[in-house]
Parts: sequence; structure tokens; C-alpha cells
Amino acid sequence: MHVPDGFFDAPTSIATGLIAAGAVGFSLQRANREIRETGPALAGLTAAFVFAVQMVNFPVGAGTSGHLLGGALAAALVGPWTAVLVMSTVLLVQGLLFADGGLTALGTNITLMGLVTVVVGYFITRALLKLLPKRVGSVVPAATVGALVSVPTAALAFTGLYAIGGAVDIPLAKLATAMVGWHILVGIGEAVITAAVLSAVVATRPDLVYAARHLQPDLVLVDADGNSSSVAPDRPIAARPAGRSLGVGIAATFVIAGVVSLFASAHPDGLEFVGAKLGFEGAAKSSAVADSPLANYGVSGIGNSQVSGALAGIIGVLVTIALGLLVAKLASLRSARARS
Amino acid sequence: MSGSAGDGLLVPVDSRVHRLPAQVKIVALFVFVLAVVATPSTAFWAFALYAGMLAGCVVLARLPALVVLKRLAVETPFVVFALLLPFVATGPRVEVLGLSLSESGVLGSWNVLAKGTLGVVAAIVLSASTAPRELLAGLERLKLPSTLIAILSFMVRYLSVVSDDLHRMRIARESRGYQGGRAGHLKAVAGGVGALFVRSFERGERVHLAMQSRGYNGRMPLLSETGAAQAQWLEGLALSLTAVVIAVTARVAGL
Amino acid sequence: MSGPSIHVERLVFAYPDGRQALFGVDFSIERGERVALLGPNGAGKTTLVLHLNGILGSVAGGTGSGRIQVGGSDLHREHLPEVRRKVGLVFQDPDDQLFMPTVRDDVAFGPANLGLRGPELDERVHEALVQVGMQDHADVAPHHLSYGQRRRVAVATVLAMRPEVLVLDEPSSNLDPASRRELADILSGLDVTLLMITHDLPYALQLCERSLLMDAGRIVADGATRDLLGDADLMAAHRLELPYGFDPLSVPGPEK
Repeated sequence: MHVPDGFFDAPTSIATGLIAAGAVGFSLQRANREIRETGPALAGLTAAFVFAVQMVNFPVGAGTSGHLLGGALAAALVGPWTAVLVMSTVLLVQGLLFADGGLTALGTNITLMGLVTVVVGYFITRALLKLLPKRVGSVVPAATVGALVSVPTAALAFTGLYAIGGAVDIPLAKLATAMVGWHILVGIGEAVITAAVLSAVVATRPDLVYAARHLQPDLVLVDADGNSSSVAPDRPIAARPAGRSLGVGIAATFVIAGVVSLFASAHPDGLEFVGAKLGFEGAAKSSAVADSPLANYGVSGIGNSQVSGALAGIIGVLVTIALGLLVAKLASLRSARARS
Repeated sequence: MSGSAGDGLLVPVDSRVHRLPAQVKIVALFVFVLAVVATPSTAFWAFALYAGMLAGCVVLARLPALVVLKRLAVETPFVVFALLLPFVATGPRVEVLGLSLSESGVLGSWNVLAKGTLGVVAAIVLSASTAPRELLAGLERLKLPSTLIAILSFMVRYLSVVSDDLHRMRIARESRGYQGGRAGHLKAVAGGVGALFVRSFERGERVHLAMQSRGYNGRMPLLSETGAAQAQWLEGLALSLTAVVIAVTARVAGL
Repeated sequence: MSGPSIHVERLVFAYPDGRQALFGVDFSIERGERVALLGPNGAGKTTLVLHLNGILGSVAGGTGSGRIQVGGSDLHREHLPEVRRKVGLVFQDPDDQLFMPTVRDDVAFGPANLGLRGPELDERVHEALVQVGMQDHADVAPHHLSYGQRRRVAVATVLAMRPEVLVLDEPSSNLDPASRRELADILSGLDVTLLMITHDLPYALQLCERSLLMDAGRIVADGATRDLLGDADLMAAHRLELPYGFDPLSVPGPEK
């Protein structure tokens, strides 16, 4: 999803650049204490990990593959502020050392992949942790849902940016449906990897999971004479209380969805309307696109689908959340049974 | 990825471009790409000039053309997107080879491809002519916050270590007779990645301990001591300023 | 200053994940002594040495109790910078120790934190690299060095701080025989108190006159290396084994 130079117009690039700079600055301030305690090495290693894992492709379908973005995962593991820094660092290194993602599009890329995924992922994780059983293991289903939702949400944000600063006019409902539909699939991969990573961490080093620090049990200490005592674990940084996180998380998701739908609703009948009006119908019906290898998914698939109109984005997000809640429920049931 | 991940795309030869301080190259690249992005997509002559200038840089930096071309592959997903634009975009249509294409779509496609490619090639020139340490020192000179520099520097240092871990785990998996099926592949990859995180994170903890052992007090030592000379700034920025002039001319001429 | 280089009393410690690693450790090391710390995997050896310069333990805000003295004075939070200069720790994996972009940057890290700058710093870096024979590799990135070279640079990063006590975690692990011998030559030429974790028992006998044997978070034996290695019952009880054909009574010990 790395946006290259020139994909969005200059004002959009500059605006997202400012958003990204602001977010990084704010995160630096908020993460300052954590980074002083745990050291910049930890954030750097987390960034190296995210970078390495982004190179691992998993199959999505139709012979194509996706890769982990890692925003929601990083947020659960090292906290939202450090995660924004980690993701920004990854994107900066990809842009400067590997020429991946344009330099003028860096702000856009940080906003989409560093900010949206982290914020959405973390809010959903914290919100679900309030609903799930109060133990460290609950972070696995919670963050899995966070990861699942974060990817299509970022895709939706991409569509929103395209509506504002895209170089070419294309029907936005179509773009939104295509992007979200496609990225729900990528999101499933993201969710599976996130779940696996968190399960591994919870199994071996539960104290590392930032989002679940407040759920850690007390420690039992046995001294030289065999007397045992119970002490609170060494918690350098207390995770901030979730507060209104459920509301905020859902609101954030819908704001993003809404922004897109605002633009999208300008074309109430979706493709047909636009097509009839602008002579697109011929193209959609001609098999030029439908026969292409991309016809089974993505942009052209939408041309034939019945899903149209302004609600496409929101429906996509709702479906994702519903799916996610189901997964969370199943996962917590399973782990509860494994425990008993 | 060929070579060591910790070296980025560096092509270790000596050239005028390699010798320029990193901060000059970063600023020059940024200004150049900004000029390219701001150029109206109908100013074809401007893009031809930009391409010529970049080709000159590639030659001056003594970069093998093959390296540059290979690296262009990172653009692929957006090339696909760009090629779809003429079909899905709205607006008046033109017939090309029996296909009905959107005029604005064709132009948009050209716009994305041209600007994206120029941006990637410019970024390749930077990353192939600058060692990672120099890039970090350059960013430091450009006053990026020190915490961010520290995170960046650790990330760059441990990229190769973490990538090697990942590589070894894959070999271990495959040497035990594992063959990639669809769902099984995802599961195996996911499990390996979980172990990789614990390894990386624990290494991060140990590195922090090693730093503390040597008196780390929250401030990393500076990487760069000397700034760039004025002549070097002029040399580096000559290219990007030319690009700015071209962009402005194209804008004015287009009005 | 007076008193032993390192003195540890009733040291107890648990990791934040709940795993208890130390169950009351007592020992003392005199100035100039060379001591090997032996024991099976998971005995708590690395955890113990991380206490010696205040990285783990109550002084670092961790969960534990007990008393540690370095150079005769108690470990306090205020003394930590000084203690970390005096007690130099070489980690097992050189990749943990070498975190800067080049060898030079890395060796300079410690002395720079002590406040050294400019030519004084350069000289200190050069001196440390000469001590381990790596002065020609100052501008190389760590990932371009061989494992043995990285281990030597790791030792140099600590030597550059001119420590009084050098603590090494498995210095001979993963080294080829020549690198192993070169490192032994470097170590035996240093004029410092030495504490060395190792599974390489001949190495312990070659370099250290005294050994501590640790198991399950406690010191279970303390004596001359040759005596410990020669006690077959003790060795077997703590999962230690001599290499095939090696007889600790028939080889020369440390030169001193």
C-alpha cells in the first residue's frame, strides 16, 4: 500500500505531511517516558521486526498476496505512542534506504499505515479488553479484531484521501468498495499473524504486552529461607486507562467511513448512474476489464456487483466488526476451555 | 533481498554523488521530487527534462542501470492501479485500439506513472549512493528529533540480524519437509513470526542492558561532527533548483 | 578504597514475568582474582552478573532483595554511573553489545557517556581496539565482521571504559579454535579482576585459578578450579561434564 510520489496532488501530500509530523511529534512527547525506561533499542528492534515481517507475503487469493502492516500489532505490543514512532521509522527507512514509497508521499504513508492502523487497532483492542475476561490472554482476541478492522479502515482512509486529492476522477463508491473489500481479505491475514504473534508473546513473555499490562497477576517471591511473599510486578509504565475507548474507537471508524460516504453519496446509483451519465457503461460492459486477470476482485469486480452507493464503505466496516466480534467470541471461548 | 539488509541499496563505489554529504542529498531529493509532483501532467517536455537529469545523476553516481531497473519493481502495485485508471475513470472518452478509455484516466495514468517513476529513480539514486550510517548522520544534521534518530539507528543496525533470524527460521521449516500449502502456509508463517518477535524484543532488552552497562544516560552520541560546505550545498542543489525552474516554467506556460 | 572487588550477600531476584532466578546468592571476589562462574543452563548465572553493575535487582527498580558491594561500597542508585564504569560487562551475543553503525562509534559509546570528547576520545578508542587487535577495522559496520572479530570488538567496547572488574558471559562460545585461543591470549594479558561465565571447562582452568559453581539460583561450590573440575560427584550432580579425554589434573593451570 506504499503510495508513490505524484499519486496524490501536492496540497494533499503537504496536508498529510503536516498530520504525520504532528502525530510523530505528539507521540514522541507521549512516548518519551517509555523510551527513557525501556530504551530506544527496543523501539528500534520492534521497527526492524515490523520491517522484516512486512517482507513475508501471505496468499490472499486469486494468485496474489498481501503482507502484514503491523500497526495494530505494534500498538498492542509497545503501546500506541511508541507504535506510531515504530511505524513511521519503518516507513522512513523504506523510503530512504530502499526507495519504497515516495519521499513526498511519506506523510501520506505515515498517516495511512502508521497512524490510522495504530489508532484504530489500539482503540478497538482496549475497548474489547474491557468486555473480555480480565486476564492477559484476552489481549489475543482483542488485538486480533483490532488488526482485522485496522486494515480495511486504512483502505477507507486511502479512499477518503483519494476523494480529496486524487489525480483522476473515479467513482468513489466503487473505489471504496474495491479497496475495503480487498483489504478485508488482507485484514484477515493481518489478524491471523497478529493473533499468532500475540499468542506466542503471551505464552512466553506475558509481561511484554503493553495493552495488557494492567491485567498482570502479582508475583510470588521465595527468599533464601524458603519464605514466600507476594509483590506487585515491576511495571515501569502503567498502561493508560481505556476510558471512553469503545465509543471513541467506533466513532473514529465511522468518521473515516463517513468521510468517504459523503463523497461517495454524490453518486447515489453508483456505477450505473455514473456510467450512464458519462458514457462509462460501454466500458463496463465491454469485456476489456472483465476479462483481465483482475476481474475476479478489485476494481472491475465492483462493476458487476450489486453493492453500490454510499453505504459501501460503512457496510464493509460493519461486516468487518461483526466478523471480528465473532472471532473474538470464539477465541475467548476456546482459550477458556483450554484453561479449564 | 540480495546482500545484507543492513546496507539498504548501497552500491559501494566512489563518485561525486557518493561523496556529497547526506543532508545535501536528502534536501536535494526532496526539492526535486516536490518540483516533479507540482508539474502539470500535460507538460510532457518537463518530464523529459527531469528524466534526462536523473539519467545524468545515475551515470554520475556510477550506478549500474540494472540495479536501478530492478529496484523499480517496488512500483508494481501502483502501475497496476495506474493502468486500470483509463478504464474506470469518469469523463469524456477516447477510442484506443478498440477500447473505450477515459481521457482524464489516460492522463491520470500517465501522471501517476511518470511522477511515481521519477520519484522512485530519484530515491534510488539517494539510497544507492549513501551508506545507511551517512543517511542517519544527514537526518541528524537536518535536526530530526534525537529519539527518532536513535530508533532509526537501532532499526538499521538490527535489520540484517532480524532478517537473518527470519531467514534461518524459514530454512529450518523447509528442511523439516515443510511445503507451502495455502492455509498451512499462513499458519506456519504466523507461528514463526511470533517467535521472531519474542527474539527481537528480547534482543532489544539485552541491547538496552548493554547500553546501560556502558553508562547510557538517555542521550545517544552524535554521529556527525562536521556540516556540509557551501560549495557542496550548491553542487547538490543545482539539480533540484533546475527542476524547480522547470516546474515553475511549466506552470506558467500552462496557464 | 578497600575491601573485595565484588561482594554479594543473600541475593534474591524474580523477573517481571514471575520467574524467580536467584534464591539467595553469597560470594566475594578479591581484587585481581580471576574467577570462573560455572553451572548448567538456567542456573541463574547471567541474571547474577547483570546484578553486579546494577542493571537488574532492587537498585534498578526490580523485584528482589539482598546486598551487593562493589569496591567495598554498597550499590546505590546514585553510584550507578560510577559502578557501571568500574564493572565492565561483555554480553554473550556480540550483536547485543555492538549496536552502533560502525566499530568506532560503538567503542566510543561508553567513553563518550563518561564525558570524553575529541582527540581524547579517539585515543581511548584506538587504545581499546589495539588491545584486541582490531584497530584496522574501526570504520567497518559490525554486521560485516566475523563472529570472532565481533566478540573481540565487544571486549574492546568495555575495555575502552577502563574497568576494574571485567565480567564476561561465555566468551568462548561459538568461536573457532584459533579465535578462542586469540581471545584467551587477550584476556590473560589484561590487568583486571575477571569474572567469567563459561561452559568451556578447559577454558576456565586455563584462565581462572578459582571457580564458583552455581545451580538453581544458588552458589553450590566455591574453590580452586582444578579441585572443582576434579570432583566427579560434584560435577555429575550439577550436569557438568569434562570434554572427552580431558584430565584437569594433568594440564597446567593459569600462568599466575
